[in-house]
Amino acid sequence: MEKSMKKYFPIFALPTLLAFVTFFLIPFILGIYLSFCEFTTITDAAFVGVNNYFEIFKDATFIHALWYTALFTIASVLTINVIAFTVAMLLTKGIKGTNVFRTVFFMPNLIGGIVLGYIWQLIFNGVLLYFNKTLTFSASYGFWGLVILINWQQIGYMMIIYIAGIQNIPTELIEAAKIDGANSTQVLRNVTLPMVMPSITICTFLTLTNSFKLFDQNLALTAGQPADRSELLALNIYNTFYGRTGWEGVGQAKAVVFFILVALIALVQLRLTRGKEVQQ
Amino acid sequence: MSSVRKAKHGILLTILFSIISVLWVSPIFIVLLNSFKKRTYISKEPFKLPSSVGSKEGSALEQFFFTSKKSFVGIDNYTNGIEKTDFIRAFGYSLFITVFAVFLIVLCTSMCGWYITRVKNQFTTGIYYLCVFSMIIPFQMVMFTLSKVADILRFDNPFGIVFVYLGFGAGLAVFMFCGFVKAIPLEIEEAAMIDGCNPLQTYFRVVLPILKPTCITVAILQAMWIWNDYLLPYLVLDIKKYKTIPIAVQYLKGGYGSVDMGAMMAMLVLAIIPIIIFYMICQKYIIEGVIAGAVKG
Amino acid sequence: MKKKLLSALLCIAMVFTLLAGCGNKETPAETPADAEENTKEDASSGEAADKKEEGSVYYLNFKPEQDQQWNDLAAAYTEETGVPVTVITAASGTYESTLKSEMAKTEAPTLFQVNGPVGLVSWKDYCYDLKDSAIYQNLKSDEFALFSDNDEVLGIAYAIETYGLIYNKTLLADYCELDGAVISDASEITNFETLKAVAEDIQKRADELGVEGAFTSAGMDSSSDWRFKTHLANLPIYYEYKEKGIGATDAIEGLYLENYKQIWDLYINNSTTDKALLSSKTGEDAAAEFASGEAVFYQNGTWAYGDITADGLTDEEIGMLPIYIGVEGEENQGLCTGSENYWCVNKNVSQEDIDATLAFLEWIITSDIGRDALVNRMGFVTPFTTFDDSYATSNPLVAEAEAYIEEGKTSVSWNFSTIPSDEWKSNVGSALLEYAQGTGDWAAVETAFVDGWATEYAAANK
Repeated sequence: MEKSMKKYFPIFALPTLLAFVTFFLIPFILGIYLSFCEFTTITDAAFVGVNNYFEIFKDATFIHALWYTALFTIASVLTINVIAFTVAMLLTKGIKGTNVFRTVFFMPNLIGGIVLGYIWQLIFNGVLLYFNKTLTFSASYGFWGLVILINWQQIGYMMIIYIAGIQNIPTELIEAAKIDGANSTQVLRNVTLPMVMPSITICTFLTLTNSFKLFDQNLALTAGQPADRSELLALNIYNTFYGRTGWEGVGQAKAVVFFILVALIALVQLRLTRGKEVQQ
Repeated sequence: MSSVRKAKHGILLTILFSIISVLWVSPIFIVLLNSFKKRTYISKEPFKLPSSVGSKEGSALEQFFFTSKKSFVGIDNYTNGIEKTDFIRAFGYSLFITVFAVFLIVLCTSMCGWYITRVKNQFTTGIYYLCVFSMIIPFQMVMFTLSKVADILRFDNPFGIVFVYLGFGAGLAVFMFCGFVKAIPLEIEEAAMIDGCNPLQTYFRVVLPILKPTCITVAILQAMWIWNDYLLPYLVLDIKKYKTIPIAVQYLKGGYGSVDMGAMMAMLVLAIIPIIIFYMICQKYIIEGVIAGAVKG
Repeated sequence: MKKKLLSALLCIAMVFTLLAGCGNKETPAETPADAEENTKEDASSGEAADKKEEGSVYYLNFKPEQDQQWNDLAAAYTEETGVPVTVITAASGTYESTLKSEMAKTEAPTLFQVNGPVGLVSWKDYCYDLKDSAIYQNLKSDEFALFSDNDEVLGIAYAIETYGLIYNKTLLADYCELDGAVISDASEITNFETLKAVAEDIQKRADELGVEGAFTSAGMDSSSDWRFKTHLANLPIYYEYKEKGIGATDAIEGLYLENYKQIWDLYINNSTTDKALLSSKTGEDAAAEFASGEAVFYQNGTWAYGDITADGLTDEEIGMLPIYIGVEGEENQGLCTGSENYWCVNKNVSQEDIDATLAFLEWIITSDIGRDALVNRMGFVTPFTTFDDSYATSNPLVAEAEAYIEEGKTSVSWNFSTIPSDEWKSNVGSALLEYAQGTGDWAAVETAFVDGWATEYAAANK
């Protein structure tokens, strides 16, 4: 069978491969190359070695964005997963209206980042008006604003995954634990949590990478105001690249660093949580 | 625990969740409310109902619920916003791009996924790992070079961008299809081949029907991404001619010298409505798609 | 390595152009919008085939206020000559980034803008020499052009604008009528002392006068912050240059920062808006406050005429005062007049497109429609000889500006075009905002102003 299929490479794999190479691989490799250059367009790129990478760490906005993003990621991963898991536990108890609640909680996930940002800008500014403040008053407002926004968007999604995970646990297992005299905290700790570890892995992975790469919501909600203090990494890179003349190379180098960070975080996280999963 | 107490518990939870649900969707209703208000009252009194007379003289209750002055403008914000952003056209482009990109991605990557799973050699294994690798690349890494490549190749139109999405979305899709193809028993395909089907026929008559649930999953995940995507179309498309909905909404923010909050609210509502309708109709598939995607992802 | 990559890229490019070429023919009528687009494109491509030698124009416009007027003008030109003209306006505060991403494209803008000598530095390699163009031939004076080191004409100003403190004549007259008013006539405001006394008194007696505050909100949203981080900052820069007798510098000392602080304090302490709310106040908010008579003073320029008369204010009711910041001898200071809008023609597009662009520009300054649009619809004062007296603008703010010049007052030049970078402006703006909200102190403004200038200058000229 393999033999007869091989001839069909141009039909089966080539279109995807061609698009993949053109619109992913080539831009990716060019991107790495350009991070070692000074340029305004590709054709006038001049090789400057690792200079751009030194420039990055002299740029205070990048360091700030890095910390801001790290804190934001931690805050949102924790809140989203804890809340989503709690809601999932409660919604698997068989209460009335479970389906309606599930539908409602999931809905914001379908709304795009730009639209979400403007919705919440209105709400936050409206609430803060009672305290005579606005969302761009200080970076910490923008920070918690983004955390609330991302929670609203992603809790539903993660909840769905957790519900699926919880429903997959064989009921006999929990029954058996109860017969052995385990109270509900013990059941949660020793049966439920280990059994939904695959869901936890995937949810942390998704929230981690989503929060770390967040762009649209940041752009629409505060656009980095005040003073680029509420700028996440992705927006910082975009602003460096397109907003400042002569900084294209540095912007591209920042993007490479950003990519390496994302890759590292993803790998480490998968290692850590996968290790805790039990084989079913 | 007695069953009476448990039932009581259940009712309490239902009530609690009902309240949370109402709060959960309230942001959308607040936007809807404001979309009928005169623009200056949107930032001043965002949580009050638009009023056609003004409540300054009215009772305390009226003052609590309604804006102080006349602020109801009917559908002015909608007509104004649609005209300013050329919304109908932006909607058309968004729809066109999403539908065709999703169709192309599902078709091409399912074929590719099947091929590289069944034909095992170093080359196809290499492709597989490249796809996995591409899933974590942040868009900023390739934003400039990708838009440059798309520009050189003249892919800066709604038709061309479909291929850009195929290239950029291929990673996740191929990865997912590979995961599902592995679970299909080889015998079924071999039987079809022995019956005289060539690989193409085998694929369309045997493999694709089996993969249908996966196709739906991939389609939904990709559609959610492409419909809402902002930066890629903004950088790739020829801004002289084409705007998608997110671009049109973002352009309202500063594109006309000032922020027209009224038009903004109206456009937000118009951007949300199609999504909600789509969600109502395909809810079951969407939720199943998310679960299936997560299990394999 | 690079060569190999490029050739690989080219190969794929060819395959894909083929694919896209076939594909394009298969797409018609997928969506209603698209069907419409296709027919339009067909029509224009047909036209393009007939008049290929005429090229086309793509103007990346800097001024969002005039977006509609430019689009109308472009449509009128296309109707008259058949030459397609596209006008795209960059969102407020994003001109540089839009210009950068557009210039990298195959269909780059043929006509774009720089804001002065500093802006020109980044784009000088893209500017076509306009020496033989109609717009240069008809320019009143060389001071309205930007030159390269070897005397090529790279940019030409098309709009001379003026800004100051716009005020509501009726409200100010009402104030003068009040018991114990500090002044009895608007003309008595000739220095910062008086301005401050008047503004503070108005603020105190706002209810009596029926206003919300003396000044409109000093909003620091991106649609408004340029009024302070750029236009207001011009005054301390102007006086420092004047004192030193220079026209540009690589390091500013900030000799007049104390004055900058005074005027900023006056704006934020005597306004319609609580200081903590400034960060999200927009340009439109301020214009609306002034237009509806909620404030007496509004810092802005001649271009704001349309916005402030939208709500019923008449021409007779608006006037403009110089921005006094408390410098000795400021009684003779006039309004701030200059230009930050220079047209540049992209020399990297095809010769046909360059010719089409030059023809379009010539048409603007010679045809009736073009001149009418520039003067009456956009409200510009232009530096071209083709605009005779019949094209005097009816904008009362412009008349006000001319009156000051006739009185012999010294106009303040626009030195903010020598600000080293946009980054400097946004850093100063952020510091101003933090100072206003009380989350930062004035020292941060000084640092951004003085140290920021040196670092940004060095970065831009390395």
